[in-house]
Amino acid sequence: MSRLLRALAPFVLIALLLAGWEAACRVLAVPAYFLPTPSAVIQALAADGPGLLRSAWNTLSMALIALLVASAIAQALALVVGLSPILERAVRPLAVVLQVTPVVAIAPLVLIWAGLDHAGRAIVALAAVVAFFPIFSGAVTGLKAADPDLERLFDLYGAGRLQRLTRLRLPSALPYLLEGHKVAAGLAVIGAVVAEFVAGSGGSQGLAWRILEAGNRLQTARMFAALVVLGVMGAVLHAALEAGERAGLRWWRGR
Amino acid sequence: MTVAALREVTVDYPRGRALGPFSLGIGAGEIVALVGPSGCGKSTAMRLLAGLEAPSGGTVERTPGRGETAVVFQAPTLAPWLSARANAALPLELAGVRRAEAAARADEALARVGLAGAEAARPAQLSGGMAMRVSLARALVTGPKLLLLDEPFAALDEITRRALADDVLALWAAAKPAIVFVTHNVEEAVYMASRVVVMTKGPGRTAGEVAATGALPRPEGFRTTPDFRTTVEAVSALLAQGMAA
Repeated sequence: MSRLLRALAPFVLIALLLAGWEAACRVLAVPAYFLPTPSAVIQALAADGPGLLRSAWNTLSMALIALLVASAIAQALALVVGLSPILERAVRPLAVVLQVTPVVAIAPLVLIWAGLDHAGRAIVALAAVVAFFPIFSGAVTGLKAADPDLERLFDLYGAGRLQRLTRLRLPSALPYLLEGHKVAAGLAVIGAVVAEFVAGSGGSQGLAWRILEAGNRLQTARMFAALVVLGVMGAVLHAALEAGERAGLRWWRGR
Repeated sequence: MTVAALREVTVDYPRGRALGPFSLGIGAGEIVALVGPSGCGKSTAMRLLAGLEAPSGGTVERTPGRGETAVVFQAPTLAPWLSARANAALPLELAGVRRAEAAARADEALARVGLAGAEAARPAQLSGGMAMRVSLARALVTGPKLLLLDEPFAALDEITRRALADDVLALWAAAKPAIVFVTHNVEEAVYMASRVVVMTKGPGRTAGEVAATGALPRPEGFRTTPDFRTTVEAVSALLAQGMAA
């Protein structure tokens, strides 16, 4: 019983909130362009469904491509940096500057570089910039996270640099890499959506474009519908990544 | 014959002296217990004996070559991503021994520490005592001449500690490596060692030395003999002196 209640609790809350929202809109006669009723949002969802799913896939695929690009560059750079403390000192500040600069601020520049006809490239590039740091940071930390006593053991048995890297540092880094990729994937979606907004309605076919387009026409219910899809997509992605991280750790630890 | 010796060694860190001047000779086949208060430099002395660290002053003499010195740390220090077999085989693989041969010798070492059947288990699936045994198997797999045990049983419960102490003595009897082991536990030191070296509080010097009586490995009921009690009292007295010094 209590387990059922625990499982249902969030849905019950959502249902209550939606019911209150619906009732308030009707009783107070709120104009639909200001705040549509949940039932209107559901109607919009049904009407726009296929288009929204296409847009969601568009945004998601951009984010995933960006994640792959960021992953490859961040890990390669972390490997180089991890082998040289001097290089790490040199690269760190640049990486931090890249991380703390809001993606919105560099988006217009990247759009120009990618060419205004190739908004897709700019969106991938911007999402990759956002996704880069957690992977890079996790990889650099992970490469230094090996048990110091295991390091001593490798000293004792006269391990070479390559042996130390492949048999100790890389495997020790795995949990940090999993965590980094999990965070980065979430950020890549945010980066892709932000980049879509900056690219504007002409440049992309993603979810942000749906929101912009509906907003321009004051079709607020359709804006909400796109937001709902975005939220659900984020939640599903998050759950998938959590599961992926858990599975990866289980494989690493053997249980 | 001396396997390793520290002669008037000192170790200085930026925050001050950690050890010495301290001297210690280890004879072949001897079991030496190193007892002293926390922070007296016992672990530093072990790292010097292992050749993992250089002294600031004095000399370290070591006859064993690479792979002939083995260390067991306070924690099992196993690679979580490797099976018990792969963990135990690690020293051999690092030395370039072929994988199949290394695995076979690792299995044999695991069997010697009573872990036959657990070869495929990962460290996370083992109890603390079993993980420590894997660590011991990894140390034994190269057939070391000098075995350094740095508080190896500190994290284990009393029953497991005693069982492992007897196992280490049995393993010693089979191959007679020189063993140096660090412990806080006076009774454990007297039980396992042929010689107990007591260190002063840090920076550690020699507070004194007590020869433990009786044959190794210990007979049943050794802990209740008057000899054992007398030796424990002698070591405790030295330890108290060393703390006050």
